[in-house]
Formats: sequence, structure tokens, C-alpha cells
Amino acid sequence: MRAYTPKDDVQKKPYYTDRYWVAPQVAKSDVSEDAVFAHDLEAIKASFDVLDAYIQVKQMVVVINAADNHSVIELLKNELGYNQLSEMSAIDWLAQEGKFEIFYQMLSMSKRKRIRIKCKISEKESIQSVSSLFRSADWSEREMYDMFGVVVNNHPFMKRILMPDDWEGFPLRKTYPLQGDEFAQWYEVDKIFGKEAREIIGPENRDPARVDRYDTERFSRLGHEVPHGADISQGEPDTPLCYQENEGVFLIQKFDAEKSVVISDRDR
Amino acid sequence: MQQSNRLRPFFENITFDRHDNELILNFGPQHPSAHGQLRLMLHLQQEQITKAHPDIGYLHRGMEKMAENMIYNEFMPTTDRMDYIASSSNNYGFALAVEELIGLDVPRRAKVIRMMLLETNRLMSHLFWLATTALDIGAMTVFLFAFREREYLMDLIEDYCGARLTHAAIRIGGVPLDLPDNFIADLRKFLDKLPENIKDYEDLLDSNRIWLMRMENVGVISKEMAQSWGCSGVMLRASGVEWDIRKEEPYELYDEVEFNVPVSDKGDNYARYKLYMAEMRESAKILYQVIDMYAETGPELMAHAPQYISAPKIDIMTQNYSLMQHFVLVTQGMRPPVGEVYVATESPKGELGYYINSQGGAYPYRLKLRAPSFWHTGILTDLLPGHYIPDVVSIIGTTNIVFGEVDR
Repeated sequence: MRAYTPKDDVQKKPYYTDRYWVAPQVAKSDVSEDAVFAHDLEAIKASFDVLDAYIQVKQMVVVINAADNHSVIELLKNELGYNQLSEMSAIDWLAQEGKFEIFYQMLSMSKRKRIRIKCKISEKESIQSVSSLFRSADWSEREMYDMFGVVVNNHPFMKRILMPDDWEGFPLRKTYPLQGDEFAQWYEVDKIFGKEAREIIGPENRDPARVDRYDTERFSRLGHEVPHGADISQGEPDTPLCYQENEGVFLIQKFDAEKSVVISDRDR
Repeated sequence: MQQSNRLRPFFENITFDRHDNELILNFGPQHPSAHGQLRLMLHLQQEQITKAHPDIGYLHRGMEKMAENMIYNEFMPTTDRMDYIASSSNNYGFALAVEELIGLDVPRRAKVIRMMLLETNRLMSHLFWLATTALDIGAMTVFLFAFREREYLMDLIEDYCGARLTHAAIRIGGVPLDLPDNFIADLRKFLDKLPENIKDYEDLLDSNRIWLMRMENVGVISKEMAQSWGCSGVMLRASGVEWDIRKEEPYELYDEVEFNVPVSDKGDNYARYKLYMAEMRESAKILYQVIDMYAETGPELMAHAPQYISAPKIDIMTQNYSLMQHFVLVTQGMRPPVGEVYVATESPKGELGYYINSQGGAYPYRLKLRAPSFWHTGILTDLLPGHYIPDVVSIIGTTNIVFGEVDR
């Protein structure tokens, strides 16, 4: 029987994990240990629900309700001096709990502090855009939509950014295979030559490690490369290695390899 | 009959609108001064831009997806392909993020070597920037001069790690090699001559009439705009924000070396150009200090953490347990603790951040690459309108975007 592979998470897994192995945790410390963070957290708590808050690797993480995302970030920007949204994106937890986790990585230059706001939404829900607060969110949210399919409300230009506009599927979801799905392997063939050319051209090779041109079993026989599977019982054709320079290089008339020097010394 | 799903010219798709004089110009994706695969859709009134839509993704390789399917050490060479002009700084950002995640302390010699690599990379990147931008503006001489200097730096890096472009010269937990014998002497020779070289460039450009016309008061980014667009590095400092991560949140030995952070409040192309030149001088200053530090360090190059980092080669070859550990680390990969980390470093282009979410497995659950050039490209949406077509070239030049990093 074939081994079962989960379809909702096709991320690569280690081939062996000790059955008694317990993963250690990165230490989380209480927010009260840092006066600046404690003050910021109080300000957030005063008007919004905070589901969880802790400090991990020098940065505070605050988990909030997804509905509050715009107003919390507005508070952070206008009242608490977090003047830059360094990064935002999503994490796919669909297989575990059917949710996306959205994180906003923010920076306060005046306090020299970084804070991460996180919230969770289910697959069908959408989230409020913060691009009216930070222009940088414009492109980040487009990227998040492109990669995860998280729909952002009130975004000025909700469109794919990295993938082609007519792409199907969301590449960073855990259900999406690393080498692309069936749509991906026919995309360029269909686009350039049309669907009717599928049989002539065949699907695109999306596995960069696959070699289908040379003989990979007898690769040490330099100068005797033959196509894979070729019959060599009647002798092998010679394919001599030749360099362009033997015949002279196009446009270069007076080049003499013997007389050329390589400048390696700084003083020359 | 033509079919609409072909890439052949399909003129039935184009409507010529005669109501106004608006022209839509498609700049790129293959354009020599786009510094990569940038496509800009420019709406023009005569020669003035009224709307700009940068279109990216032509170099998208899905590095974040790749990272999720690679063990941590395996991903290191992939980071080279982000900002390929200064690949060691990408390696370093990733190594630092993983080290913070597992709480590693790196030996001092490794720190010194990393500092040398980071600053030589900064010099390489700035020289490359100067060369290509000058070439875009039409200054061929500066291009040749700057590439000559960059070549010596590439030779230095080649002496260290064997590669010129994609270095992969930093490991999680330290550096793989000690400096070769001639490295410091060669670096010193280079640095001694660098001020002279920078002066040459400045003599050619600083008061050059064409350069000034293309640079001064072109592409002015206000402080608010820079912050709102998440700008970092020179793009931010040229707009009057004094923020250098090396100074504000020091990593490695940046708190032990003395250097200045050049800032300008002009926000135009010329200010950015001046900052790049000033930063090169500061990098040289840092490198001199780091060279002096090197002599006082011990021989260790990799952190001692058997759970995560392979033992030194000599142990692997002589001790059974080290060999077993090495085998497990190479085949299964290290498993950092459960947790998440965001680490920002000051790469030559700006704030290079790595967000890693680890679920305790050998593969990161999510890895987000925060590349500065992504937003430096996005800002073109707001920056270009109002400018003229020739300004596009000089503005793209001074944003210093690299498409390996934008598209990842």
C-alpha cells in the first residue's frame, strides 16, 4: 500500500523524527519586563481586546481580534509613535485550524522598538486594508493576496503583484506543491502556443533537478555524450569538447592568449 | 483569424482614444536602465508623467516557498540570489535570524570576518550603484572607474570564498573559513587607495552640469512619504530621517566601531548620490578598525552548539559522535525551537529583514523575506507622477533597486 501523504499540507517533512522528540520553545517573557512595551500594551488594552501579549526575541507580540486591525494600527501610528510598517504578510494555518494568521511588523524609530501585531481570520473572511495608514501596505497586501488569497477590503488596487494576473491558485498555501500544480505546468504552453499545441510540446518541466537531455548514468565519459537511452552497442559517436577560442573570438582580432596578463596586484 | 490567447500582436485589443492627449508608455520589462525586469506603465501628457504603475514579478522564483521546503543550511545559497550585488549581506541576515532563533553566540573571529565581508559587500554594492547610475545618465568614464575598483573587491571576496557574485560566505553559527594569508594586506592596499578613487568620481560628477541637471531637485521624496512607504537605508536617510540599523540596533561589532551615519534633508537624487559616496568612506573607516580587531581574536570560527551546528572538521574526522551529529545535521537538518523571530539588518540597499516562524521542524514553517527594494520600487507609484520621461531613468537609478530582491 502506498504511504499516505496529507493533501492539506504538502510542505516537505523530515524523513525521520524520533518518536520521543519534543521541540524546545523560544523563551517568551512577560511584557511587564520592558517598561516601553508595557506602556504600549496598556494603551492598546485600554480600547481593544488583547488575546495574548508577550515578548519574544526582543520584540513584543500582540494578538488582537482581526476586526480591530485597522484601528489598532492607527493607534500605534498616531499615538504610540510606530511610524513604519516594515512588513506584513500571512501564515497559512488552514490545515491545523482553518485559519490564516496575519502579522504586521512595525517599527518605532523614536523608541527604537519593534512590535508585531497578529490576528487570525478564517479562509472565507477578509481583512481591512491598512494602506490608508501606511502606503507600504499597498504592495504588501497585494502580495499577501497574490500568495495566499487573503482578500483585503478597501484596498485601492487589489490585484496580483508577483504572479501573472490570470494565474490560478495561491502559491504560498500549504496545499500548493513546490513545483506547481497542473495549471502551472501548462500555463506557458497554453499562453504562447495555444491549448492545441499541448500534445506537441508537452508539459513544462518544473523540476529543476530533472535532467532529460544527457546521459546521466555515464556522465564520466567526457567527449562521448549520447542522448539518454541511445543504443551504443555499435560504437559511440565522438562529441569532441571544443572551445570557441580555438577558432578565434568574434570581433577580436589581435588577442593572443600567451601575451595577455591578469592584473592581480593593486599597485599596477 | 487571430486568437486572443496568443502572444502575437493582437491589434484588436488596442483602442486608440482620441479624447485627450494621454499616451500610455510601456517601459520595460526589458530595458537597460530599468536595472532588471521592471515594467512601468506610464501615463503621459506630452512628456510629463501623470500616472505610473510599476509591474513586478518577472524574476519571481518563489524563494519563500523554496525556503519552506529546504532545511535551514540548504537555504543559505538561495539567499545569495536576492540582492546579488551584495550577496554576503543576504547570507548574513539569514544567518543572524536563525542564530537569534536558537540563541547562538558567534565566536569573535567569525564576527570580525563577517564585518569585513559585510562592509566589502557594501562597498561593492555602492560602487556598482555608482557605475550603473552614472552609465544611465551617460557618464561612461565613471562606470569604468567604479567597475575597476569593484573588480579588486570581487577578487578579494574570491580569495576568501572562491565565488565572485554568489558568495554563500557565511554560515549559521559563524563563517566557514579563516581569512587567507594575503587578504588583510590586499584589503589594506585597496582601502589606502579608495579615498583617491572616490575623489576621482566626485571630481567627475559633483559639479558636472549634466549630472546636476539630472540629479538636483529630481525625485524628491519627503520625510513622510519615505516613512509611509517603508523606505530604509539611503532612501530614508536622504529624506532627513537619521536611521541606520547598524547604529540604532547594533548587531555584530557595530557598537564597537566608530562611524558616522550621513544624513541629508534634501530628499532628491543628488542627496542620495552624496550619501552613497559618504557611506563608502564610512565603510572604509569601519574596515580599517575591523582589520585591527582581527589580530586579537582566537582561532574559533563556528559556534559550539552540537545540537545545531556541526563540529569542526577535525572532530568530525576523528570522533565518532561528532561524525554522527554531522550526519544527522546534514541529512535531517537542524531543528530550531518553536517560535518566531524578525531580524532586521542594514544591507547596502536598506532594511533587510528575515521573519522566520519555526514550528520546531527541520523546515521553517514560514519564512518572509523583507527586501528593501520591494518598497523602493513601490514608491515609484507616487514618486514618478509630475516628472518627465528622462527623470524616470535617473530616479530608478538612485532608488538602487535590484530585482532579485524585489521579486524574490
